[in-house]
Amino acid sequence: MNELVFFINNVVISGAVSGSIYAIGAIGVTLVFSIMRFAHFAHADMMTFGALMVFMFTALFPGAGAALGIPTPLLMLPIAMVITAFLAIGIDKTFYKPLREHGVKPIVIVIASLGVTLMLQGLIRLFAGTSSRSMYIEERKEIFRIDMPFDLATRPIVITEPQITLIIFTILAVIGLHLFLNRTRMGKAMRAMSDNPDLARVSGINTNKVVVVTWILAGSLAAMAGTFLSMDVSLTPDMSFFLLLPIFAAAIVGGVGHPYGAIAGGFLVGYAETLSVFNWSILLRRVHHWFPEWMEIPRDLALVGSEYKIVVPFFILVAVLVWRPTGIFKGKVI
Amino acid sequence: MLAKLTEKFPEGLPVREVIVAALVFVAVLLVFASQGSAYSVRMLVEASCYAIIALGLTIQWGYGGQFNAGVMGFVALGGFCAMLFSMPVNPAFWGTELASDLGRVFLWALVALAIVIGASQLHRLGVPKKLRTTLTIILALLSWLILKSMFAPVTSAIESQAGYIGGLGMPAWVGWLVGGLLAGMVGYFVGHVCLGLRSDYLAIATLGIAEIIKAILKNEDWLTRGTATVSPLPWPTPGPGELGFVMARSIYLVITAVMIVAIFYLLQKAYNAPWGRMIRSIRDNEISAQAMGKDINKRRLEVFVFGCVLIGIGGGALTTFNGIFSPDNYLPLNHTFLVLVMVILGGPGNNLGTILGALLVYIIWVMSEPLALFLMQGGADLMTNWLGWEAPDNLSSRALQARVFVIGLLIVLVLRYAPKGLMPEKIKHVT
Amino acid sequence: MSLLNATQVEGGYGGMNILKGVDMAIDKEDIGVIVGPNGAGKSTMLKAIFGLVEVNGGDILLRDKSIKNSAPNKLVELGMGFIPQEKNIFPSMTVEENLEMGAYIKPHTTKTMLERIYSFFPPLLEKRKQPAGELSGGQRQMVAMGRALMTEPTLLLLDEPTAGLSPLYMQEIFDRIVEINKAGVGILMVEQNAKQALEIATKGFVLASGQNLYTDTGQNLLNDPEVAKSFLGG
Repeated sequence: MNELVFFINNVVISGAVSGSIYAIGAIGVTLVFSIMRFAHFAHADMMTFGALMVFMFTALFPGAGAALGIPTPLLMLPIAMVITAFLAIGIDKTFYKPLREHGVKPIVIVIASLGVTLMLQGLIRLFAGTSSRSMYIEERKEIFRIDMPFDLATRPIVITEPQITLIIFTILAVIGLHLFLNRTRMGKAMRAMSDNPDLARVSGINTNKVVVVTWILAGSLAAMAGTFLSMDVSLTPDMSFFLLLPIFAAAIVGGVGHPYGAIAGGFLVGYAETLSVFNWSILLRRVHHWFPEWMEIPRDLALVGSEYKIVVPFFILVAVLVWRPTGIFKGKVI
Repeated sequence: MLAKLTEKFPEGLPVREVIVAALVFVAVLLVFASQGSAYSVRMLVEASCYAIIALGLTIQWGYGGQFNAGVMGFVALGGFCAMLFSMPVNPAFWGTELASDLGRVFLWALVALAIVIGASQLHRLGVPKKLRTTLTIILALLSWLILKSMFAPVTSAIESQAGYIGGLGMPAWVGWLVGGLLAGMVGYFVGHVCLGLRSDYLAIATLGIAEIIKAILKNEDWLTRGTATVSPLPWPTPGPGELGFVMARSIYLVITAVMIVAIFYLLQKAYNAPWGRMIRSIRDNEISAQAMGKDINKRRLEVFVFGCVLIGIGGGALTTFNGIFSPDNYLPLNHTFLVLVMVILGGPGNNLGTILGALLVYIIWVMSEPLALFLMQGGADLMTNWLGWEAPDNLSSRALQARVFVIGLLIVLVLRYAPKGLMPEKIKHVT
Repeated sequence: MSLLNATQVEGGYGGMNILKGVDMAIDKEDIGVIVGPNGAGKSTMLKAIFGLVEVNGGDILLRDKSIKNSAPNKLVELGMGFIPQEKNIFPSMTVEENLEMGAYIKPHTTKTMLERIYSFFPPLLEKRKQPAGELSGGQRQMVAMGRALMTEPTLLLLDEPTAGLSPLYMQEIFDRIVEINKAGVGILMVEQNAKQALEIATKGFVLASGQNLYTDTGQNLLNDPEVAKSFLGG
């Protein structure tokens, strides 16, 4: 049964963790896409930025969380979300909006967003350097070990505190987003603008306001995803390039402009990654006696080595673009 | 006098061209005066390699309106081929069992490929499509796993006994050309998937393929020595050991300059030929071009692949000149975004503008490193003296980050205030 | 005082004037119909009134106040409604959400207005939870009209409301337009089905190459042999 525990630790839990992070990131990308019709490449750097803000505030008030009994980074998350939301609005006002009003092709705004990516990366590394840092400055990352009630399983299931909070926050974010998009006036206006921007304007919807709300959502969700990723592993200033591909793959798999699709896509990409780098020979060894004598089970039976993790989202992306460019949930036809 | 000139240039004096060219010339002179000729010629050679790469991107972005966000990957492919073809033959690999072992694995790979392809055609024998797809996927996964476990001992034996498979002992230019072809093939694959879709997808996919190419070159030690790097790469011309730095580099510069002139000539011809007109009409008005019955996706694929070939060739020439193949040296900043700045600043779709832009931007780029460090140092000194604030110790790496910011800012500013670059594409109006 | 009074309107896209001095006046009790050949600037005129096309000359007055180049959401607040020719619904949203979007600027009246729209277009009531994109052409047109009526406009602009509809639905839509007008909403519409539209028109405008050619009551235009020969197909 230890093998099963191993599987749960390395696939079920770690897939859920990266899936949640990709899902939250992909929601932001897909929202920006459906409202402003361009692929926002600077999204991953807004994630890094948000995490950095949390880190800075945690470094400033390292003991603040202990007083309330929660990890300090978690306490600082709302502040970072607000700051990142403002950053997102500011970036749009200074860089994207003038181009949009100039009526350029969407791909030009995509390039501009790459310029913004570089600016953010430069700033982040200018202030934070390039080394990775732990988000837990004065605290210890709490690790839960759950022993299995079987005699055969001697090893526990391991899950950390940030992983649990991440999964809870993801569920909350999804419910919140669902309620926002279906129950509130602003949420419906966002859906309307994603459906038919011209008619939204004609209906008297203030499209500029919708754009601002979109950036608030995208920015704060980005800060959340970046913070949880950094809490789970560590804060690495140049993590963004490795996040971009899985997040875009998730958004496209789910169907661009389709928030629920982005969530499903995030988990799909997350689980595909962990399943591909998982060493299956560990599970097969248990059932070795089923195989004929001459068959040896190689020690390494992972589909790809962990150094090639990035190939997985790319492969998914290509497969979707070839067979179903609108995504599995039929997103926007674009 | 003036009247004569305007007669000679019916479309107006090429003022912009002259100014930009003069600017480049002055910058080159300044570098020569301040840094000495060995350094300056090296910079010029690198700049000319960048100009070839930039010409590749200007075809894709300027002619075709396709945005390639993964120039780095194609540059690295060119560099890899330059290394593979030009390095001397490694007797520790070719003279031993290792070569035949590796060959056997590749043969098995071909067999596996044939089986999988065969399985994917099973529907022709009346097998239901769903069953066929499942069967194909299972077979593909299984053969992939089997091949992987056959491959691993061979490659680790190569790594431990021979270091890596070594080169093919051919002239470097063969490697450049093959690098261009390989880059073109990868470009064909990516373009084939993405070019019928929205242009954003191409940007995402190229960004991804660049990181994947880099990951492969970095981790397949048996092929590339990975992070251990391969050097020195032989030049196609006499090396500095025989002629001294200035002379050897100058000869290399002659080669790259000839390449630029040849490519420039071909591009000018193509641009004004019916092919070029068709490409531009597709870029400017897709719907009407479609209505005229032009096979848009095929033309776009041609443009994209052609651009990738040039980028691969330029990357090969650059890597050979640097004399070292190190996968970690290929950076998105240096090999994707710097090239992008060269193109959009020089003038997308304007070949001369792109070449001049490449020279100018590269000179500024190289010179900005000491400048940024100087400024940072000055600022830090001020802070220390006035405020008693301790400067962080790793100033030089932070100065590099300041350049990242500047490149980003430059991209955004050019897009907004000079979307056509210093030298806009000349559109001839048929009257 | 006319409800809408446009004088010598010039305008178009990107500095190119498609409209070269068009006059148009509509009262509360009017149904104005713009007819004319393709490319005459009919839709452009409608869009110019609604701030979707840049106006470079002349003036457009709504209740004697200039609304030239106003943003569409401002015009909705001033009591105008606009129904584009195609893409005039939010396809992935339900019928009810479509209507709610119509009342976006007047959220407090949504409930009562929804009831009125449903009683006016009964088929929409039973389909109110369905995505609008799944409805038939005629029902979509009802959703589009319902959406525009949600703000209780005093002037409704319609761009070819019967385009692509079967003759049966076409008559139905015209009947509805007359009913809406009787309830006190000024109507200005562009119509390809010129004859049927002029039947119900109190004012007809024949445009050709961006200028007024004829302006008269609908009936008079129908009876004018010149108009009939050139624009109504004999």
